[in-house]
Formats: sequence, structure tokens, C-alpha cells
Amino acid sequence: MTDTPKENPKAAGHVHYQGRMHALQKEIITRWYKELHGVWQRQQASNAVPLPGSGATGAVPLMISGNCVELLQAFDLLPVYPEINALQLAIRKKALEYLLKAEDMGYSTDNCGYVKADMAFYLEGAETAQGTRIPKPSLILNNFVGCNTYIKWFEHLAHFTKAPLFTLDIPFLQGEEPDAGQIKYVADQLKDLIRLLEKVSGRSFDIDRLREILKLSARSEELWSAIKMTAKNNPSPYEAFFDATTMMGPLYVSRGTPEGVRFFEEALREMEEKVRLGVGAVAKERFRVVVEAPPPYPYFKAFRDLFNTWGACSVASTYSCVGGTFEFGFRHDPRDPLNSIARHMLVHNVCNRNYIQRYDQILRYIKEWNADALIIHSVKSCRLFSAGHGDMREFFTSKGIPTLYVESDLEDPRYYSPAQMRNRFDAFFEALEHKKYSTKGAGV
Amino acid sequence: MSGKLEAALARCRELTEDMSYASVRSHKEKTGDGAIGYFPVYSPLELYHAAGYLPVAVHGGGNQIEITAADSRFGSFICSIVKSTMELGMKGHLDVLDGVVFHDICDSARNLAWLFERNFKDKLFMEYFHLPQKPDGAAAAAFLGGEYERIYTKLAALRGRKPDLDAIRKSIGLYNINRGLHRRLYKLRSERPQDVLTAELSLLTRAGGILPVEEHNKMLADCLADFEARSNKPRDGIRVLVEGSFCEQPPIELLELLDAVGCFAVDDDLLIGRRWFDQDVPVKGNPFSALAEAYMKSPVPSSVRHNPGVPRTEAMVQRVRSNKAQAVLFIYAKFCEPGLFDYVLFKDVLEREGIPHLLIEFEEKMWTFDKARMELETFVESQLFAYD
Repeated sequence: MTDTPKENPKAAGHVHYQGRMHALQKEIITRWYKELHGVWQRQQASNAVPLPGSGATGAVPLMISGNCVELLQAFDLLPVYPEINALQLAIRKKALEYLLKAEDMGYSTDNCGYVKADMAFYLEGAETAQGTRIPKPSLILNNFVGCNTYIKWFEHLAHFTKAPLFTLDIPFLQGEEPDAGQIKYVADQLKDLIRLLEKVSGRSFDIDRLREILKLSARSEELWSAIKMTAKNNPSPYEAFFDATTMMGPLYVSRGTPEGVRFFEEALREMEEKVRLGVGAVAKERFRVVVEAPPPYPYFKAFRDLFNTWGACSVASTYSCVGGTFEFGFRHDPRDPLNSIARHMLVHNVCNRNYIQRYDQILRYIKEWNADALIIHSVKSCRLFSAGHGDMREFFTSKGIPTLYVESDLEDPRYYSPAQMRNRFDAFFEALEHKKYSTKGAGV
Repeated sequence: MSGKLEAALARCRELTEDMSYASVRSHKEKTGDGAIGYFPVYSPLELYHAAGYLPVAVHGGGNQIEITAADSRFGSFICSIVKSTMELGMKGHLDVLDGVVFHDICDSARNLAWLFERNFKDKLFMEYFHLPQKPDGAAAAAFLGGEYERIYTKLAALRGRKPDLDAIRKSIGLYNINRGLHRRLYKLRSERPQDVLTAELSLLTRAGGILPVEEHNKMLADCLADFEARSNKPRDGIRVLVEGSFCEQPPIELLELLDAVGCFAVDDDLLIGRRWFDQDVPVKGNPFSALAEAYMKSPVPSSVRHNPGVPRTEAMVQRVRSNKAQAVLFIYAKFCEPGLFDYVLFKDVLEREGIPHLLIEFEEKMWTFDKARMELETFVESQLFAYD
């Protein structure tokens, strides 16, 4: 197979993945961390809730899945995402020291690494790699959307920080549509939350302000969706797994702000320009793949290299839908704010949808984004994604879709074996290439 | 041990280890009832009973089956009960059932439900419901009542029955008796742990997952009388609170070991779903609301129920004090996310309160108990020495 690329670690190590959107993303995330640090600094002078003075009224941790960040923004409260705390530690190779500290406290090696790293991070002073601090929570918003571990995570955070805890209980989606009782149940809880946020922030609820924020969110979602659609081009200008991870930060932190809209406008422009020029996200696109589940953050770059070496571009991913399945049409609706937020949490994010719905989503990606194969990265930490991945492999294999199943973790470097992972990827792509040529270019 | 009690316990063991579910098959043939499986932890059995089904606990395969197929569906880091339940489905053990009901105790169990739906829908219906994780909101009870009505109506229709609220009230009454008998057994065990051994009590409760409630009630009442008549001499040992086996059940051999080494459980959360209510559920009024409100108001702490108003940590300390326990023994299933997470908070609070504790992990297929024996013996001896 003369066409099979020989792996050149040196060359792979020099691949430059960053476009302009990466620089913009860095600006947004750095600014957000600085704002959080500002809250932390003001907390040093006062423990009052709401925080006196100008600027943000406080900081509220919530989880990414189906998050209702717009409600916090409407009260000038800054979101804190513990998942981002944890992944930042992992991607900067700092996770293991925090994981070991957590295990010293009694956390099991079998518990979610995100939770362990984040809890140790809080207890060690919550100083980020950038040298900024994460403030003490004014309130912990336990948005229970699909992931049962969220509940434990926030119970622990409340136990150790003594901050008040509010739970948004989102029933798990069974069919395609929730019933009226489920929407009412969630919308009623949102009303309770609004009353609480008024107290925590010292601000009165202004529904017109929420509508404005939702209008901007809808625009960001429209743009984000359009970016995902550019991956239908051949070659795809957009790496829908690794680059999506970069873009998810702005999506969760600032989608309801003019800054967020500008980010997504710029990112879409970049993708459209690449389409016009015929430039792909990988140098020579040879395989189009769909990726299921989160990345191994401790080996993020090395994992990406495994794809890049083979000219494999992710054209769609389920992980990029944790915060919302916007590419299938959902937009926040400023005309119906609370029901719209409720529907986002109930229906339009991958975490609150059942496993069979995820199979359907992946099938749709494979068909509509014209993918060659599915890669399942089964992470030990996150059972929401991984419990049942063997069945998923069986399902897609039975449909004739080449499927690679590998196991590691999103936080814990001890579960990633570089050599074994490389062998699995190389063997898979070699077989895929063989199949491609043996079917005379008809695709696999 | 009286011959009658011994025979009853032997029958319990036989029933719970029979993975062919012969007694369920026989009940169906005899009565014309359906049979519905339910996954732990709590399930409203009254609704299934009233809709014309025998509720059957689907609590994995214990140490009675080999996992040869389900390993291909779940990763290496998934707990035994999820895998062995899948195995039961794949090997046809559950074909005797009409369907299985799940709820979201954890992410693995939730995904298992949808794997059942995909793999077995031609022979088993799958029903799923949401137990609110928000006990402090009035809306939650109303929502749960709606969930119960939805499930009951659907299940009754599948049996060709029209909704019958009186039938549900009658079922609530039968399960009230069942829970009341459990409460009396647990009270007796707390007072005289030498007369009601943990393995025996566990077998009795487990049998309730197979037997019709009417028959189980009679068995519990008879065994209670036999236990009350017992007068074993107290042995050297310590009084412990056992926590952590609310879902996957430890091998009976491990529970027998507790008694053997002098680790006398005075309270536990083994199959806590069978004992969810500390008082009777009202049999008057709307039965869906009654069951829903009873669930929401129940003070029974559980690792699968978020209840910030009554923190499980503080409830554990109270349980230790009220049962005069000297220590807490955590018995967690390997890979059990809810349990192992809770351990961290329990540990923090127990150490604050100066209450000794020990953690043991198990798997359904655990077959050697030497390590557990050594840990338990050492723990008991260290506590006996400390209390002398």
C-alpha cells in the first residue's frame, strides 16, 4: 500500500491546528477568567451576597449540559463551569496531581475524573493555570440535565464550600417530545430559580433584558449551526470534534452577548473562506469520520495527531452537542423565554436524550455529512456517554459502518496508553483504506 | 433454628437463585397474571400489582450466571448488575416477563434501559419513569403523580384493563402490610441482632422480589414470629450500620461473613426500595398522589435520591446514634458511582463525629472472601479492643 502515509512523529508534532477563531476563543476565555478573578478579588473585601460594588453581582457554578446561562446573565451573574475547570487542568497536564489529592480524600479510582480533579482544585484554592482565581459560589445551580453525576458533583461542592444549592430537576427525555406536564414542571422550577436569582444578585428580573439575551443566543446558535453545516463540504473546512471543542467555550460562556455573536460570525467567515478556497481542516482529507463521546484531554494533541496522520477529518461529533443540538434546528426563542429555556434543557441537548436517539443522531451525521466511519472514544469517567458503547459498536457494525471503539479517559492520564491507541488507530485506518481501494473508490 | 424458619429461609434462597424464574412462570400459568420486571432502587410495585402483573425484581444475576455475552455491550468499568441484567436479557432468562420498568438511579442503569429497548423490544416492553430529584418543590409531587398515572394507565391497558383506582388502593394496603412487617423485623434486628442475622433478613427481603406480595406477607409474618421466639446468646462483636448495597446485592456469603466475624448489623440499606416509607401510604384519596407524596416526603435517605433538606450525611449520624451502632460498614458494589461518591461525604462527617468506619467493595461474582474476612476480623477486633 504505497499510498499509506508513514507516520512521522516529528512532522505530526509540527502540525499547526490554529486558525483565527482559536485566537478569538482565547481572548474570550481569558477575559471571562479575568472577570471571575475580579469577583474573587472583591470577595476578599466582602463575603456579602449579592456582592457590593459595580460589575458582576456574583458567580454561579452550573453544568454545561443544557445550561441556562442566559438566566444568569440577566442578573449580571457570571457562570462558572466546573467541567471547564477540570478540562483545563487535564489539557495543561495538571490533572494527575489533583486526581491523586482527591483519591487521598477518599474518592474512588472508579469515580468520574472531572469531579475528582475539580473538587481537589476547589479545595486547593481554585487557582487557574493563568494565575487567576475562581470565586466562591454565590449560589450553586445544579442543573440536572441527564448526567446523574452532576448531582453528586454539586452536592460535594455545596458540602465543602457551604454555598447554597438549587436544583433544576429535568426529567429525562423518553420520546421525541416531552409532554405538557414535563414542560410545566421545568418552567415552574425556572420561575422559582428566577425568584432566587433576584435575591442572590440584588437585581429585579427584567424579562425584556432576558429576551434581548435570548435573541443574541439564538443568533449565536444560528451561526454555530451554520459552521457545523460547512463540514458537509468536501474537504471539510471545519474539524467538528477537536475544533468544536475550542468553540464550545464561547458557546457556553458568551453565546448571549454581542461578543459571542461576533466570535461566531468571525468563525463562520473563516470557514466559508476556506470552502471558497477549497482548504480543508486537515491537509489532505482522505477519511471523513464521526466521533462519539468526549476527547482524552490529557492527550488532546496526541489524539488529534492520530487523526491527522491519516488525513481523517471529523465532520460531526456528539460531544459538541452537550450544550445543545443546535444543528437540528433548535433556537432559543425570545418571544417565549421560559418555555424555550425549558425545551432546550429537556429536548435539545445530547445529554438528556436517550441512547437510541443518539444512535439515530449518529446515523444522521453519517448520512448527511457523508462520513466514512464512526470512532467511539469510550471514556471511563463519563458513563452517560460510555455505558453501552459496546452495544453502539455492535449496532453500527451491523449497519455496515466501519466503527473503531477505543477506551481511555477525559481527565485521567493513567487510562490513556499512547502506543496502544496508535496501534488501534493505525490498524483501523489501514483497514479502512484497504476497503476504500478494494471497492474502487466507491466509499466505505 | 426452628425447622419452619429454616425451611422458609432455604426457600428464599432457592427462589432468589433461580434464574429460570420457574416460580414466576408457574404463577402466571396459575393466575393468568402478567409479570413485570423492575430494576432497583425504588419502584411503585402497587401500580404493577394493581394493573394485573406480578412485580419481579430484576436485580442482576448474582453469582448464578456466567457473563459471556453482555461484556460485549458494556465497557470494563461498568458495574456487575448492569452487565448481568443485560446477560439475563440476552440469554432469554427474562422471556417469562412481559416487560421491565427502569428509572434513572445512575447513568449506567439509565442507558441499560435503552439497550433493553433496542435489543429486546420484540419480546419485552420497556417502561421508564422519572423520580424527581427535587424533594423541596411542591411541583415535584404533582409531576410524579402524573408519571405514575401515565405508567399505570399504559400497563393496565396492555392487560386489557380499565383504570381501577380501588384496585390500586387495595394494592397499597397490601404493600403497607409488607413494609410494616419489614419495619418490625428491622426493629427486632436492631434490638436483638444475635437473633436476626443480616444474611437471613436479606434473603427474606430478596424473596419479596419474586413472590406475590400476599404470599410474601404471610412469609414475613411467620418468620417474624419465629425470630421473636429465638433466644440466641449474645456474642462478642460490634454493632454496625451497613451502608451502600442499595442496588446491586452483595453475595449472601459476604453477609454471612459479617455475622461470622461478629459484625452485627443493626440497620442497613440492602434493597432499601422495599422499605422506602417509614409509615403507611394513605389508602384513601387519589392513589397516584398518595404514592407520589409518600415518595417525596419519605425521610429515608438514599444515595440515589438528592435531598439537600435532609443531608444523607447527617441522617447517617442520626441512624448510628438511634441504633446504638459502634461503627459504619460500607459495602459498595465495584464501580457503583452513586455509592462511591457518597462515601467521600460520609467519611468526612463520620471522622468529624469520631465514628469508625470500614469500606469493602464487592462484585456479584465475588467467590473468594479471604481478604474481606481478614479486613472485617481486624476491624472488629480493633473496635472491641477500643471499647474494652
